[in-house]
Amino acid sequence: MNDLDARLGRIRGDAAPRPHNARTIAALTSNPGCARRAIMDAAGVDKPRLASYLGFTAPFGQSQFAITRGNAFEAQVKANGCAELLRLLREQLGLPIPEVSYDDLEEVGGQRSPLVRHTSTRSLLTRAARAGDDAGTLFDHPLLRLVVGGRHVYLEPDLIAFRLGGRFHVVEIKSFAVIDGQADGDKVAAAAIQSAVYVLALRDLLRETGTGPVDVAHEVILVCPENFSNRPVATFVDVRKQITVLRRQLSRLARIEALVDLQPPGLTFDLELDDAGVPHRPAAGLADDVRAVPARYAPECLASCEMCYFCRDEARGQTAALGRAAADELGAVPTVQVALGLAGGTITPADDQAEAAALLREAARLRQECLGATA
Amino acid sequence: MTTLTSLARAQAVATGMAQPVCTMRHVHLSDRPLVLVPLVLAGEANAPLAALVGDDPAAGRLLVVSQPRNRDRRFAFAAELAEIVVSYVEGYYSSVQTVPGGRGQDERTRFADAPQVLVPNPACIGFVRLLGRSTRFRRPSGEYAVDPAVPVLGRWLSFLAERAEHPGSCLLLAATDVVALHWASGQSPVEDLNLAALMGWVSPPAGMTGAEAAAAGEDPVTWPPAGPATDPTFDNEVLARLIAACDLPDDDARARHRAESALQAALAAQVAPTWRLMWRAIDLLRGMPPGSRVAARWDADKDAFTSYAGYLRDDGPPQPRRDSAVAAAQRLNWLERAQASYAAQRALDDPLVMAEHRLSGEAFAGPVTAAEPGRLDSSGKRRKLRPLITVVTQDSPRIDQGATLVSPSRPSQQARVISVSAAPLQPGPLQPGPLQPGQVPAQPALVQPGPAQPASPLALAPSPASATAASAPALAARRPLAVVLELAGGMGRALTPEPGSVPEPGEWLCYTTLTDSYQPQGSFPDRADTPWTHGGPPPEYVPADEDASEAWS
Repeated sequence: MNDLDARLGRIRGDAAPRPHNARTIAALTSNPGCARRAIMDAAGVDKPRLASYLGFTAPFGQSQFAITRGNAFEAQVKANGCAELLRLLREQLGLPIPEVSYDDLEEVGGQRSPLVRHTSTRSLLTRAARAGDDAGTLFDHPLLRLVVGGRHVYLEPDLIAFRLGGRFHVVEIKSFAVIDGQADGDKVAAAAIQSAVYVLALRDLLRETGTGPVDVAHEVILVCPENFSNRPVATFVDVRKQITVLRRQLSRLARIEALVDLQPPGLTFDLELDDAGVPHRPAAGLADDVRAVPARYAPECLASCEMCYFCRDEARGQTAALGRAAADELGAVPTVQVALGLAGGTITPADDQAEAAALLREAARLRQECLGATA
Repeated sequence: MTTLTSLARAQAVATGMAQPVCTMRHVHLSDRPLVLVPLVLAGEANAPLAALVGDDPAAGRLLVVSQPRNRDRRFAFAAELAEIVVSYVEGYYSSVQTVPGGRGQDERTRFADAPQVLVPNPACIGFVRLLGRSTRFRRPSGEYAVDPAVPVLGRWLSFLAERAEHPGSCLLLAATDVVALHWASGQSPVEDLNLAALMGWVSPPAGMTGAEAAAAGEDPVTWPPAGPATDPTFDNEVLARLIAACDLPDDDARARHRAESALQAALAAQVAPTWRLMWRAIDLLRGMPPGSRVAARWDADKDAFTSYAGYLRDDGPPQPRRDSAVAAAQRLNWLERAQASYAAQRALDDPLVMAEHRLSGEAFAGPVTAAEPGRLDSSGKRRKLRPLITVVTQDSPRIDQGATLVSPSRPSQQARVISVSAAPLQPGPLQPGPLQPGQVPAQPALVQPGPAQPASPLALAPSPASATAASAPALAARRPLAVVLELAGGMGRALTPEPGSVPEPGEWLCYTTLTDSYQPQGSFPDRADTPWTHGGPPPEYVPADEDASEAWS
């Protein structure tokens, strides 16, 4: 493991590893086949900075309006010891919560260090689990820990692990609206997978401390504004599927060694920062090193990965860059050049290309017939 | 998407220009469409920020909400938008046309034309739907009274957004959808959602390739997002400051006016490029000839428009928040049938769309090599005119013997597949005799060719080539196929066909299994008989005060 750590450290360079959070862990599930991304994530490479340095600044910005609204909504739900949230849980989800204790774990004895906060979270949750009765207990700003790629990552659920009916529940507060019972599918999916990260971390915590038989519910509680108002509404979201996917991804990441061994020995994404933090590495050499690790670019990366513009530029001319449908149609045909060669009959298809080649030739004949010589 | 489209995308990459995937326009374009480019405030639930709207490219009207979190300002925006949209929509009330009734029905009248709203992308259709949802329940009286036009706007927007889900409807269209329907760009469908990039591929400025123009189109500084979401950098660096500056006490009217002008100018600069792009896309599409079935689909839109206008006139309640179980099932059934019919209509109109079906084996085309126009089928009580023709095709139809086909150019005539076999090397005059069952290969073409039947004049001596064709449907060395078809209908009533009603040798024809014929509607219970599995009969909708005064914050 030390070997691997050293190797990953070399790949990352001098910069401190960029810590994971629930969002980046969730993102691991979106393109599992991409070696470039797996290695960068395992090594804790600062991908946004790397992409910018290579001249491919990631297209992800967050509007301050969205941040303000998110914070205001969260504050509203949590105000007065989560009074609003308790009302929701009682009235909308019909949960019996006879009495409530509320613990804020943002600071522990004036300390905000992750380790102190995590230790305190751990002891509080363990105690609550052992208490055995159904006293509802809210924990604000708990700090959980998850092993990602052999390294501890601290995670802060929006709010709360919540003890209810003998089980803990993760509550996720999001500021996107649920309108007439429906919300934006992509946003719900993102919230679900982030919550699944917390469920996993919480389960790990309980297992480590040997706290049984208390479990963490696979149904997380999603709190969103209702319709066009600021009034919160709570819904259960089943994240069993997301948990399975995450587990698989995390165990894959634990086997990162095999993937690292495949890479050239001198590989590094070091920016060669000087003492003032200014990078000095020539971008061309860095780009060569990035290209040495194979990526699996798909247009879906544009929504989730900071390296997407770099990889898209690199994938220009490949059929995969034309979208999933085209990539499926042209399965064994790697590039546009080959596709056109097969269609025009100037390239002899390999065995696995025979079917695609025949279709392409037919397609070329039909397009020519319908469009004349221009096609 | 088929290999044909994928190939077109590949060609677009290689040539640096979008490639056509249609030879004609499949959407109706109004002479006077209403273009709407909306922007919303990030983080809020469809809080309008600005809109550029109008039916004249030279005179779009910019509406701005100077404090998007203020409810009154939002409703003022809704009222202004209502004035434009409702008067545009109601402008189509002025002229009616009479249409003959269908079977056993009286003739009826409908509006001679219908409104058409064009927005940049599908997310903007979502904006229309949500703005409709947030305004249609409002009331012009009582607590939280709004401008009387606001609930009317809400109903029309809801109507338009609902129609936008109907395949083939053109009342509300997203420009990226329409452009991508007609051209394949050299990028992925995900990237095609950016109107500036897509238009870059389709009509790049002089001196640029499509790929270069598309890359330029992704720069949010020159091409701000086409809405409804704004560019986060613009939000943080420009918008936040300008909105804060508008938040002045009322007494400083001049400073406030200055601040609002600055905000208006900034937002105008965000929507203006998209506005120009919208009209460029419209001009581009107007340059294409419409398909022959476009007008009939627009007639259906006119019917829907007329019907909803009548419903509003009769004070019908606003669209429910959610469909009842029965209404939802009916609607889904309707959408499925409309989808199938729309796909068939486009293929029947457009040879290049039909080519996709030829590639997948649902259609074939080729020259007629033999015809027996006077053939009579005397197997029944009465003799019937059933000419035979042979079409030789390079395509690989996966069509069963006995299947009924139609040709786009002869829609009133059915053709039954008699046989499919490898074409003779030198297609000579075929002399097919009267049909005798069992004489033809009984197996579906290409799956397994029928055994050779040398005694039959129909069986054209399947050669080794036909076996190759069967095992590997589309290999290069494949011989063309000869398809023998028996025709019925569209030839007059006599036992000799009317001149020109039977295809002649040399004529090029396409035949397909696709039909646009009437598909019966599924049967659904009455609303009052909704089964308990679906929640039982839903309660009647009673407009509630709560709906009208719903928070919009």
